[in-house]
Amino acid sequence: MPKPEKYEFFIDISRCIGCQACVQACSECDTHKGVSMIQLDYVDRSVSTQTVPVVCMHCDSPTCAEVCPADAIKRTGDGVVQTARKPRCIACNNCVLACPFGVPKMHNEMNLMMKCDMCYDRTSVGLKPMCASVCPSQALFYGTREEIERLRPSSHPINSFQFGQQMITTKVNMMVPNEPHVRLIDIAMSMDQSPAPQLISHDPLLANLYEE
Amino acid sequence: MSKLPVESVEIIEQFGPTLAFARGARVDTGVEPDKMVKTHCCFCGQQCGIQLKVLNNAVIGFEPWYEFPFNQGKLCPKGVKRYLQGAHPDRLLTALERNPSAESGFSPMAYSDAIRRVASEIERIQSTYGRDAFAILSGASLTTEKTYLMGKFAHMCLRTSNIDYNGRLCMVSAAAANKKAFGIDRAANPWNDIIGAEVVWISGSNAAECSPITSDYIWQAREHGAKIVVVDPRITPIARTADVYLPVKPGRDMLLFNGILNLMIEQDWLDHDFIENYTVGFEALAESVQEWTPARTAQATGIAERAIRQAAELWGTAKTSFLLHARGLEHHSHGVQNVLSAINIVLASGRIGRQNCGYSTITGQGNGQGGREHGQKADQLPGARDLGNPQHRAEVAAIWGMSPDDLPMPGVDAYEIFRKIDRGEIKGLLSISFNPLVSLPDNNFIRAQLEKLEFYTAIDFFLNETAYHADVVLPGSLHEEDEGTVTQVEGRVIKINKAIDCPGDARQDWIIIQDIAAALKREQGFTFHNPEEIFDELRRASAGSIADYSGITYEKLETQMGVFWPCPSEDHSGTVRLFERESWNPVAKGSGPFYFPDGKARFNIPIYTPPAEEPDEAYPLYLTTGRVVSHYLSGTQTRRIGPLVDQYPEPRLEMHPNLAEKLGVQTGDLVTAESRRGNITLPVSVVRTIRPDTVFVPYHWAGRKSINQLTISAQDPISKIPEYKVCAVRVYKAQDGEQPPVR
Repeated sequence: MPKPEKYEFFIDISRCIGCQACVQACSECDTHKGVSMIQLDYVDRSVSTQTVPVVCMHCDSPTCAEVCPADAIKRTGDGVVQTARKPRCIACNNCVLACPFGVPKMHNEMNLMMKCDMCYDRTSVGLKPMCASVCPSQALFYGTREEIERLRPSSHPINSFQFGQQMITTKVNMMVPNEPHVRLIDIAMSMDQSPAPQLISHDPLLANLYEE
Repeated sequence: MSKLPVESVEIIEQFGPTLAFARGARVDTGVEPDKMVKTHCCFCGQQCGIQLKVLNNAVIGFEPWYEFPFNQGKLCPKGVKRYLQGAHPDRLLTALERNPSAESGFSPMAYSDAIRRVASEIERIQSTYGRDAFAILSGASLTTEKTYLMGKFAHMCLRTSNIDYNGRLCMVSAAAANKKAFGIDRAANPWNDIIGAEVVWISGSNAAECSPITSDYIWQAREHGAKIVVVDPRITPIARTADVYLPVKPGRDMLLFNGILNLMIEQDWLDHDFIENYTVGFEALAESVQEWTPARTAQATGIAERAIRQAAELWGTAKTSFLLHARGLEHHSHGVQNVLSAINIVLASGRIGRQNCGYSTITGQGNGQGGREHGQKADQLPGARDLGNPQHRAEVAAIWGMSPDDLPMPGVDAYEIFRKIDRGEIKGLLSISFNPLVSLPDNNFIRAQLEKLEFYTAIDFFLNETAYHADVVLPGSLHEEDEGTVTQVEGRVIKINKAIDCPGDARQDWIIIQDIAAALKREQGFTFHNPEEIFDELRRASAGSIADYSGITYEKLETQMGVFWPCPSEDHSGTVRLFERESWNPVAKGSGPFYFPDGKARFNIPIYTPPAEEPDEAYPLYLTTGRVVSHYLSGTQTRRIGPLVDQYPEPRLEMHPNLAEKLGVQTGDLVTAESRRGNITLPVSVVRTIRPDTVFVPYHWAGRKSINQLTISAQDPISKIPEYKVCAVRVYKAQDGEQPPVR
């Protein structure tokens, strides 16, 4: 009997164009219409157009659930960490403060923590989540591991992250380049002009990047 | 009299822009739609497939259409929220007449009275001042059927020379250059050819924001090893990870391409067989670019010589490639020359007409391609025929059942129509799908001309800012209220399906036009019962022409999910890729793949002229303009959709920190920008992603928020495209008390 295809979520922030289609589409999801669960921010607009979309990483041992005094956050058998259960959530904000990825958000008007549930209404019936469906750059991708390997040969997925003493493994994957290199540019560098000085002198990380 | 009937603030009170947010059935999680309608997004030339959820004659949401091949479910934020334009509080539900004593400046009027009034004013103006004294401004967001009908209405019913369209602000430089070089104006390749190209060269296209779906094609090419070259005065989101980024000084793109070609010749990165067998004019061109040495090119373009050499090597040594460009290359007083220079490096490489070897402009407007093919352009007849060509006139006149002698001669471009109003040659105007008061440059001039008109009528679904000046407003149809076809960026003709009926007294635009023709008692040729009948006539009218739609049927569009033109017979499946070596076309008739009698493409020697206005001591900076991802064109629709306005509420001015330091401003400060034509006060965004000698402002806003108060009306002598991408400004910190306008 053939094994059913296993769909996974992959994030490649190098593809993100900051268009916010994901943010806008998230609020069209049937279980939380009108409320978006995705945050998309510039890393630092003053130096780059780089943006980062943040969806729930769906941790194997979710910190949000571990710190919840009311046991309101459940991880279903398929590894999806659900939004807080309304009857249980006491709006204490523990999860909001504890999540290493900054995902849960408190909705004070409802006294309820809400977060990305990977479009449970869609993914549980075989549809792609809204954000990954619409994402024009496919920075958010939903598909099989075989597909990602075939389509993205120059990067590979990782799903473990170190935060201080805490090692976290997640259901959601982050794509990282096979040959990592980081480059930040000031437009003036390509114009035979001097780049703006202040950041370079004060930021040792950036200073390296301006070498010829 | 087309002056504002009352203060614009009072008009806004009643007619918006009001921000629509999802509520009612649109946020009800339990609700099941009556039906899902497969159609396309109304915003931009990508024309993404989308399914609209319909309940009780209202669009209540969307569902991705995963099967449509171009976008496979993907949408940008405009597509996601487009459904909020329907059932909108600002929707025009009746005809309106100007009424200075009414609080909002307009009173509702019976539709039939409005049609009679429009017809009698057309009659009066044409009989008093001549036929050409009544002009039409049309749009490239309309279906191809409507654009065909608008051209026919002008040329056959009103017999006026003066019809033009807002594609004049968008695609015309590329169109003119493509006709000069290839003999045809259409994307040479399907977008799939981007994936698999070794080099993707993107000049003057903020693809991430203006054609977002194209991003995935570019990234997909990169995944398989493609190098990305981006030429732009700003590090756009696509430029951010480019392999070579060339921050061209505004207005110098052509010189860069000449410099690249010179290096290709010097290093012998040429396809000699292709140049010999499939092109003409290379030797003269080669001689003309000799002077563009890398050092001189670097000096003229403001790009480091090293970067130019890197780009030339990547391009020169590639085996496959795709060159894309958009308005950044085209919005210049030498826009056609810029495009010709880009085509030259494509032809010299021989990389066209094959898989993964491609070239295209990225058409901007919803029906940018179809809207420029079938007769609403000043000099055009259906099938991309020329109004000035006696044979073409005879062919079309025969289909329309009229004498070719009764067809008017070619008219003038959209901007010149306003100059003709200024000179008293045009007294009446009908506009549809066009908001020139926001979208044309130097728009204080446009406002003054609107006030001089004896009669102005606008067809629209919302009261756009130009329509504030109208004597009569006719309530037209939204995209989802009609069916028809459009031709998207690749040249793929697709089917737009009707989801809901027009509300109130609103009508489908083709019905309104036919009603006017009937009221003029000139209904011959304007008795279509549905868009498919118009399309069938368009098919006949385009048969045998370059833009041949004769083999395309509505049924085929549905079953094949689009058909690439030319499609000369019903058993033909369409032409996905142009210029394949053994291909046949009606101009070359087998002598070669290009659309000239000898079948060969043309190298053109591009002629450089600097921008019409260069910075000087008084106005020391370049101003360049463009779009943002959450808004579309003049914002008539997107400035009414709450979530899109929240995403980018107001125009901001981008400047480099080196310039900001000189001016003593920080992000969020108010600055005033001033050109010889107007000024604007707006917040500044300090970013090191723009050239220090250039500032950028997006153009989607009206009134005192419109950057087109400052832009220049200089135009390309061939295409007549305005020079939106370059003019000279000065910028200073706004004085105390100076506020950005409330409206």
